[in-house]
Amino acid sequence: MRIGIPKENFKGERRVATTPDAAKELQKLGYEVSIESGAGDAAKFRDSAYQDAGVEVTTSKQKLFEDSDIILKVREPDGDELQMLREGQVFISFLTPAQNAELLATFAEKNVTALSVESIPRISRAQKMDALSSMANIAGYRAIVEAAQHFGRFFTGQITAAGKIPPAKVLVIGAGVAGLAAIGAAKSMGAIVRAFDTRPEVKEQVESMDADFLMLDFEEEGSGSGGYAKVMSEEFIKAEMALFAEQAEEVDIIITTALIPGKPAPELITEDMVKSMREGSVIVDLAAAMGGNCKLSEPDKVVVKHGVSIIGYTDLPSRLPTQSSQLYATNLRHLLNDMTPEKDGVIQIDFEDEAIRGATVTKDREVTFPPPAPKLSAAPVKKDEPKEDIKTNPAEEEKGSPWLSYVLGGAAFLGLGLVAPASFVAHFTVFVLACFVGYMVIWNVSPALHTPLMSVTNAISSIIIIGALLQISAPDPWVMGLSGLAVLITSINIFGGFAVTQRMLDMFKK
Amino acid sequence: MAYIAATILFILALGGLSKQESARRGNVLGMIGMGIALLVTIVGLVTRNFELLIGTMVVGGLIGFTLAKKVEMTQMPELVAILHSLVGLAAMFVGYANFLSHATEYIGIEKTIHDIETYIGILIGALTFSGSVVAYLKLSGKWGGKPLLLPARHWLNLGLLILAVYFGFAFVNEAALGGGIQPLMLMTFVALLFGIHMVAAIGGADMPVVVSMLNSYSGWAAAALGFMLSNDLLIVIGALVGSSGAILSYIMCRAMNRNFISVIAGGFGTGTSSGGSGITIEGEAIATSAEELAAQLVSAKEVMIIPGYGMAVAQAQHMVSDIAKLLRKKKVNVRFGIHPVAGRMPGHMNVLLAEAKVPYDIVFEMDEINQDFPNIDVSIVIGANDIVNPAAQEVPDSPIAGMPVLEPWNGKTTVVLKRGMATGYAGVENPLFYKENTRMLFGDARESLEAVFRAIGS
Repeated sequence: MRIGIPKENFKGERRVATTPDAAKELQKLGYEVSIESGAGDAAKFRDSAYQDAGVEVTTSKQKLFEDSDIILKVREPDGDELQMLREGQVFISFLTPAQNAELLATFAEKNVTALSVESIPRISRAQKMDALSSMANIAGYRAIVEAAQHFGRFFTGQITAAGKIPPAKVLVIGAGVAGLAAIGAAKSMGAIVRAFDTRPEVKEQVESMDADFLMLDFEEEGSGSGGYAKVMSEEFIKAEMALFAEQAEEVDIIITTALIPGKPAPELITEDMVKSMREGSVIVDLAAAMGGNCKLSEPDKVVVKHGVSIIGYTDLPSRLPTQSSQLYATNLRHLLNDMTPEKDGVIQIDFEDEAIRGATVTKDREVTFPPPAPKLSAAPVKKDEPKEDIKTNPAEEEKGSPWLSYVLGGAAFLGLGLVAPASFVAHFTVFVLACFVGYMVIWNVSPALHTPLMSVTNAISSIIIIGALLQISAPDPWVMGLSGLAVLITSINIFGGFAVTQRMLDMFKK
Repeated sequence: MAYIAATILFILALGGLSKQESARRGNVLGMIGMGIALLVTIVGLVTRNFELLIGTMVVGGLIGFTLAKKVEMTQMPELVAILHSLVGLAAMFVGYANFLSHATEYIGIEKTIHDIETYIGILIGALTFSGSVVAYLKLSGKWGGKPLLLPARHWLNLGLLILAVYFGFAFVNEAALGGGIQPLMLMTFVALLFGIHMVAAIGGADMPVVVSMLNSYSGWAAAALGFMLSNDLLIVIGALVGSSGAILSYIMCRAMNRNFISVIAGGFGTGTSSGGSGITIEGEAIATSAEELAAQLVSAKEVMIIPGYGMAVAQAQHMVSDIAKLLRKKKVNVRFGIHPVAGRMPGHMNVLLAEAKVPYDIVFEMDEINQDFPNIDVSIVIGANDIVNPAAQEVPDSPIAGMPVLEPWNGKTTVVLKRGMATGYAGVENPLFYKENTRMLFGDARESLEAVFRAIGS
């Protein structure tokens, strides 16, 4: 099958749906690849680079649509392109299906199988094809770059001969992929970064980037399904707004990334808050396309209101065209890789595959959007079952009833006491008591000292030497000889044991 | 009275060893206690043969000192094992000497008890002696680390035990008539065999238990002789040493999730140490380079070093210490995580690290640091395997299931230094090596660490 990549004709769109590198990989899957001449120019990929990668370059968009079985694009098709689509083709791009019912109907009518890349569910397996995340990552980064351009000061704090420069304070609202990317970029430029999100599980992620997570003293979980946020209650929003108002007076730069899928963006920064910000502050509203998180932001424009630059660009990824084309092309390649299990250049729409099912919005003349809800959430699922305590001491379990052994032991003592002479019983008492003393003393020994402990007990157990000494004076040469030998070896032990212990202990130093 | 003083000093000595700060004082107290006990006995009870006594003590002392000064810290387990064997041997000699001397004559039940005490003293002594010699041979590598598994070895053990009991009866009966040397010799032979067989059946990884168990046996031997000689000092010290060794073995067993009873009875590790396991592991081990590890270490904030027996084999403890020092200078928080049974002897790793001048306050026990792993940026596993095997927690039918292990996989990155992909002593595949955040650095641990050290320095 042939994959065709037309030139994006949306105004200001610089991205392209495949790069020469990605095209090579697509050919390895068995596809032939064609591209419209000049499609990669804005993203700095020349026609010749595509040709070198084995891609056919055509000048006619018409011919490209006629020859191709699969069309890859960044933006949704415009009127002309829709005309050119033919029955049985597969069309893959961003489609914003929730807002584009009419477009989906047209696809279905023409029997075009359409896949919308932003509908790929956020499950771990599909991360490699999650174009929304790749674009959000770039948008977050670029938001900081744009903010820096409109901000009149350094991000980092410095103490110079010409005076002290305080670091810029950045507030990031919404710590999704874009928010985290913005945190990372701002942090690496040296700013003080705070972040806020309604989903408590992102606290750890924020803190892992060395930013402060602003906590709201309020109990409400903001995690919706699929790793997105949901609409919050009124009280929560009130508390949240108070926090933002307080922060607005303090920070220099606000990056808002709050989006709720399929709904207009929540308004978080009011006009009053903008007024309270310092002259020269910057707001970057990443939700401008969906109505904006800031009341005063205007899509695709930079406006200065109350001395604050409010950036409402909706094409932030396209402003880093080379980078975003590379990531987008790779996402699409991964998607096609999963849709071509045989690597024979024949695309298969497998509805058993959750990722592909989610992405497919029309198939066999039917609109298949929205897909059934994905089952997995990025939030940690609360585990109910307590972990098995593997540290349970097996020996303790096997002891059985301690009372039985006590009774048996007591009976044994009684029996022994009845037959044994008094001197033996006395010795035995000493023995048992000493065992307990040993138990008490040793139990507290720090494990680090087990080796010295062993060598010292070894030396001490050479107290057997006394047994030998008691008998060395015997007249019997056999007894004398054996005792002498015993003295010899126990002395080795005594001196060696103590000396080596001392040597070891000398090494234990702070 | 002097014996009471000595006893107290010994107890204080053992108590002092429970902390690093007081350990040296404890050792000195032990020496004083021994000195008092010896002096009192020599002055008070020895009447002749002083030449022999002094001569043997001087010679023995010299040998002991030389051994203690010369021994490498990596050879400590061998030294301890051979010293145990000496206690066992001495116990045998004393027992025989006592049997032959007939210094004090008992009658009736006292005679029987005394004979049994002698018999038991010699039995435990012989057992300790032969067992320690085998342990020494195994630890020094002169005897293979593989367990010797004779067919029907449990029956063999039982048979030897019955034989020992049988000879015991024969001995008591004959001793009552004034004889008994024959069954005593036979029993000694049986006990020696028993000791050899018991330790030979134990695999290399279980050596810490064996060493502390033999330590315990040597104590019991002393206690038995104390009964025989009606000497309370010997009884007390024997019991102290015996119970301390038993507790140590118990701690080791718990660390390996083995049954204490089966260890004391000997011939343990039944079947578990043989054969692989059925777990299949997905994924592949990813190799890394010394330079990469060095870069990771320098950029890390928290580093955990987990040494194992492999570090001792490669003599890499000094290199490890140098790297730790260098990283600490660079404000990296380096800590050491020690598993209770790492190495071949309880506390083996601590001694090696101390020798390499690693400050003991950055060396932690498994239980102290296991919950810290999520904060660790880089964990370095040096020549350890089973003690960091997640299969112990994850695979219920694994031979090492339930054994407490260090959990480096909860940290950000784990780098494993290893010669190859071979399994540890338990013969179990280690899924840790195949985890996504694990990197393997193949090669001799010391050479690898030297390369890392150079790369950090440059």
